Amino acid sequence: MSSTTEVLPESDEPTITLSREEARILGECLLVHSKQFISSRGNEYFCEIDEEYLTDRFNLTGLNTEVNYYQYALDLVTDVFDLDCDDDMREQIEKSARHLYGLVHARYIVTTRGLAKMLEKFKKADFGKCPRVMCEAQPLLPMGQHDIPNTSPVKLYCARCEDLYNPKSSRHASIDGAYFGTSFHNILFQVYPALIPSKSSRHYEPRVFGFRVHAAAALQRWQDARKEELIDRLKRAKVETGFESEEAEELEDDEDEDEDMEGMGDDILGGEGALITPGRL
Amino acid sequence: MSSSSQVAESWISTFCSVLGHEYFAEVSEDFIEDDFNLTGLQQQVPMYKEALEMILDVEPEEDEDDDEEDEEDEDEDEEDKPPTYRRARESRHLRIASDISVIESSAELLYGLIHQRFITSRPGIGQMVEKYEMQHFGVCPRVMCDGTKVLPVGLSDIPGQDTVKLFCPSCLDVYNPPNSRFQGVDGAFFGTTFGCLFFMTFPELEVGRPQSHEAIQAALREARARNSPTALAAGSPAAKQPDSINGVAPHNLAPGLGPGNIYEPRIYGFRVSERARSGPRMKWLRSRPVDVNELDEARRFEEEQQRLDNTDVADEDEDEDEDEDEDDEDERMLDVDLRVSERRKKVPRRRRVANGGNSPMDTNGLGDGV
Repeated sequence: MSSTTEVLPESDEPTITLSREEARILGECLLVHSKQFISSRGNEYFCEIDEEYLTDRFNLTGLNTEVNYYQYALDLVTDVFDLDCDDDMREQIEKSARHLYGLVHARYIVTTRGLAKMLEKFKKADFGKCPRVMCEAQPLLPMGQHDIPNTSPVKLYCARCEDLYNPKSSRHASIDGAYFGTSFHNILFQVYPALIPSKSSRHYEPRVFGFRVHAAAALQRWQDARKEELIDRLKRAKVETGFESEEAEELEDDEDEDEDMEGMGDDILGGEGALITPGRL
Repeated sequence: MSSSSQVAESWISTFCSVLGHEYFAEVSEDFIEDDFNLTGLQQQVPMYKEALEMILDVEPEEDEDDDEEDEEDEDEDEEDKPPTYRRARESRHLRIASDISVIESSAELLYGLIHQRFITSRPGIGQMVEKYEMQHFGVCPRVMCDGTKVLPVGLSDIPGQDTVKLFCPSCLDVYNPPNSRFQGVDGAFFGTTFGCLFFMTFPELEVGRPQSHEAIQAALREARARNSPTALAAGSPAAKQPDSINGVAPHNLAPGLGPGNIYEPRIYGFRVSERARSGPRMKWLRSRPVDVNELDEARRFEEEQQRLDNTDVADEDEDEDEDEDEDDEDERMLDVDLRVSERRKKVPRRRRVANGGNSPMDTNGLGDGV
């Protein structure tokens, strides 16, 4: 709470002149609205924004142009709303309040505290698990493909296969992706690198009566060659590859490669030869 | 059939309408009655005969008070059913309630295994294509696949190993069904073969929405501008595309993959470097060459061999012509193409000798052609 009152004098906005006591009351009210919002169906992806964060005008910079009835909406979010209006108006304002909460949410979840809250939800797999079989139920993170509101709904990011998936439930499909933003999930893994899952190089192999299907198998061999190139580049840059299982043997290979660096030209051709031969077996 | 005997529906249609069994096709009785189609299943299914009877509704499941009805049914049935069924039925009065549930589960297993075979047959795959068109199996959860229709497949043909999965032809990957009610369905009831055989049987089916040429071009241009290695490896789209690559039309080969369909992680608008600890490492999984000729392995292998042979020729020539500055190995590899084409006119006789051991892939008879 003290941080709020410290920050306030620096702000240029004359409207905020909260005493410590007022801030405390406001905070309690806030908690009520946030809790209500979070617990409502379909809002499971959201985390609770700290009241301190919400009341700091600096964090809301620019949002007044994004949201209709900005002041009323903010009042509603912070539970100090006491305007007498008809139901239509009230509905409008509630819609604005939800929008405002979402936009603040996108900013909040990339802060230290926001990240920590989302991390808890991630660990509990609140956002669901990757539908891809080879990802073995890797927990997902919500993300948006755009930072501009009303462009695309929320998607789910799998850190294992680094791909995007649609939420299973239609009630999640209506949430705006901008409420999570394009950066959040990447920042989370930069801040908590220990949580980056090891990448799997397993493929699904389409088979017919036990025989691999040539078109798919050829494409996979091509993809595997791209993967080897990537691993090669990373090794040359002395960067951890992050791939599971093969790491041990690759380290051994690595030493061999260093020894006969002169024969690089031959190695490349040899590699391509190897790429082709399995297809003919 | 399990609920009550006055229901007119057959066991099969009841089974297929159970919640969670939406993926199943209704196996025709003709298919089940043909013993050839059941080869080998007797060893896999406990209480095989009873289970088969249940599936075919040869003998309605009885309670004590249903007995009289059963007798009537029996008389009708006896005429058109093979004698094996009759013999089994004589012993049924000895059965206790627990048996019924064993038979019920056996019947489900047997039906599943027959189903695995049925959907690879002509009538079966025909039924499945109808279900596919009506989107009974759902769509791919992957965003870039843009709602491609999927097919149910198994990861094993042996029952009891894994549940049913969904195969997306657009990204050639398998996914767990979104609804947990499918977690109880055995993958072996669909089998490993069905997914691919389906698209081989109907090559004219449009897999997913083909990406517009412009979108690929734009993605490639952007990638080129920043020298992305993944995109550079994808090849040039300028090359002429064949009508069919490895037996698949190029526009049907994993259309959901390739440039423009790969997620690019960004932080505040800036791409995350590949070298970052949290950087992108899985782009290869969603890659696909723009020029599908890259996937024509047999032809590329042949060209490779040809080039190697020609390199030998070039080497010999060098000795005679006494070319200098050719000590750098790598450089020579790159130069081979150029020099070979130059020499093609000069030394036809020598090449024929050097190509004496042509690659077995060389169907063009290059040695004679020149």
